[in-house]
Amino acid sequence: MAEALALRLSQAAGERERAPWLGRGMVVLYLSAIVLLPLAAVLSKSLDEGLAGFWSAVSSAESVAALKLTVIASLIVVAINAVFGTIIAWVLVRDEFPGKKALNAFIDLPFALPTIVAGITLMTLYGSDSPIGVNVTFTQTAVVLALLFVTLPFVVRAVQPLLMEMDREMEEAAASLGAGGFTIFRRIIFPNLLPGIGAGVALAFARALGEFGSLVLITGNLPFKTLVSSVFIYQQIESGNTAGAAAVSVVLLGASLLLLAGVGLIQRWGAKQ
Amino acid sequence: MSASASSRWGLRILAVGYLAALLIVPVGMIFYKTFEHGLTAPIEAITTPNAIHALELTLLMVAIAVPLNAVFGIACAILLVRHRWWGNGAIDAIINLPFAVSPVVIGLSLFLLYGLGGWFAGVSEAGFQILFAVPGMVLASVFVSVPFVVRETVPVLQEVGTEQEQAASTLGAGAWQTFWRVTLPSIRWGVAYGVVLTTARVLGEFGAVSVVSGKISGQTETLPIFVAKQFEEFNYTGAYAGAVLLALLALCALLAMNLMRGKEDA
Repeated sequence: MAEALALRLSQAAGERERAPWLGRGMVVLYLSAIVLLPLAAVLSKSLDEGLAGFWSAVSSAESVAALKLTVIASLIVVAINAVFGTIIAWVLVRDEFPGKKALNAFIDLPFALPTIVAGITLMTLYGSDSPIGVNVTFTQTAVVLALLFVTLPFVVRAVQPLLMEMDREMEEAAASLGAGGFTIFRRIIFPNLLPGIGAGVALAFARALGEFGSLVLITGNLPFKTLVSSVFIYQQIESGNTAGAAAVSVVLLGASLLLLAGVGLIQRWGAKQ
Repeated sequence: MSASASSRWGLRILAVGYLAALLIVPVGMIFYKTFEHGLTAPIEAITTPNAIHALELTLLMVAIAVPLNAVFGIACAILLVRHRWWGNGAIDAIINLPFAVSPVVIGLSLFLLYGLGGWFAGVSEAGFQILFAVPGMVLASVFVSVPFVVRETVPVLQEVGTEQEQAASTLGAGAWQTFWRVTLPSIRWGVAYGVVLTTARVLGEFGAVSVVSGKISGQTETLPIFVAKQFEEFNYTGAYAGAVLLALLALCALLAMNLMRGKEDA
């Protein structure tokens, strides 16, 4: 009986060892065909005319202006996200008021809402026939506004679980020792939330760098003013300059990959703490 | 006490005010603007042949891309969690790539791979058209939504552990039987959550599909592309009606996500 069981166990273990190879092959094949080969084609195309061609495409005045706007707008957006995302997470975890649950459910809407709808939605309130008289269309404010909309959930959702897990005793101890609200936040709460804020900010930044749908209608895509890199790439494809489009794409891709690697590091650091 | 109460109110007003200005009021406004003059005009605008074709095409994208990525996602999550392999780190990194890549770059990548002079140009030359046709749009939809099911399933698999699976195989269940009877039921809410996220993403994908579709009205126009085109042609009734239809689908997804989050916690 025991022997039979042992045999069966070892057979099962053997099966478990062999089965993965087929699965691994399928997974690697799927990812290669769907994700890796297409991206490799972009990299290859960007170097079609050698490094000199790559550099001349990336360093054209229009391309540099677009990259600059994309990076600066994304930086502004993640700074605002870091502050408001943390405040919103705080209010959702520590505060109690009617409608809080619905508000919490609503936070994820920007992830579910198609980006093109996000842009049009913002324009109904902040567009040319705005009921409150605020028209941001075709300005750099529109770039920031649309990016704020699509990146809203990242910091909130990264900070919320940390706040829920946090031990209230430390705060109470600090308060009983005479620390004020701001001191408690700066010395105790903030350091605990930092990994979450960092991860949320990096994800939001990566998203903002590549955002397209929500920007394309509201910004007007004016070169040197409101034209971001993703729209610039799109225009280059439409005008047949795919090598130039690929070169700028590689720059965007590189930046996003660095950010994702950063998220990995932050998460490992957060796990260690 | 009053200082802490006032700071509490201050934070509450900041948070609610920010969400209202950025999210809630604009979403309310688009519903108001769409139905301001009654139901007839918006309904007519989204029942034109082009609009209906766009909706059907969007649903076709969902019907193909979601099952593909669901099956891949489950298989991939099981491999990552249950089977140690030196390649797992690389797979994990590649899966997250679609989140880091701009939709336009994703579109461009398929455009270059299958287009004239691309490595896979032979497929189109053999008569199976990829670009400016449904297959290319499906590939774009699959690419952008690869990560969701994997990412939602991995933590659930880690949490449920292997005890029940081991018990099943000790009792004589084969690998397949163990998967259907034990593993899949225990991860179903994680998978379902990932499926909802995948569906929402595929329904709304614009940038990647725009690049590979050629945006031919009545042929390769999905609902988001239809909405953008109506807006660019100053047909605001059509644009708002289409946008509200997509927003309603997104709200359904949001509702499903919240219902499932409750189940997952339980």
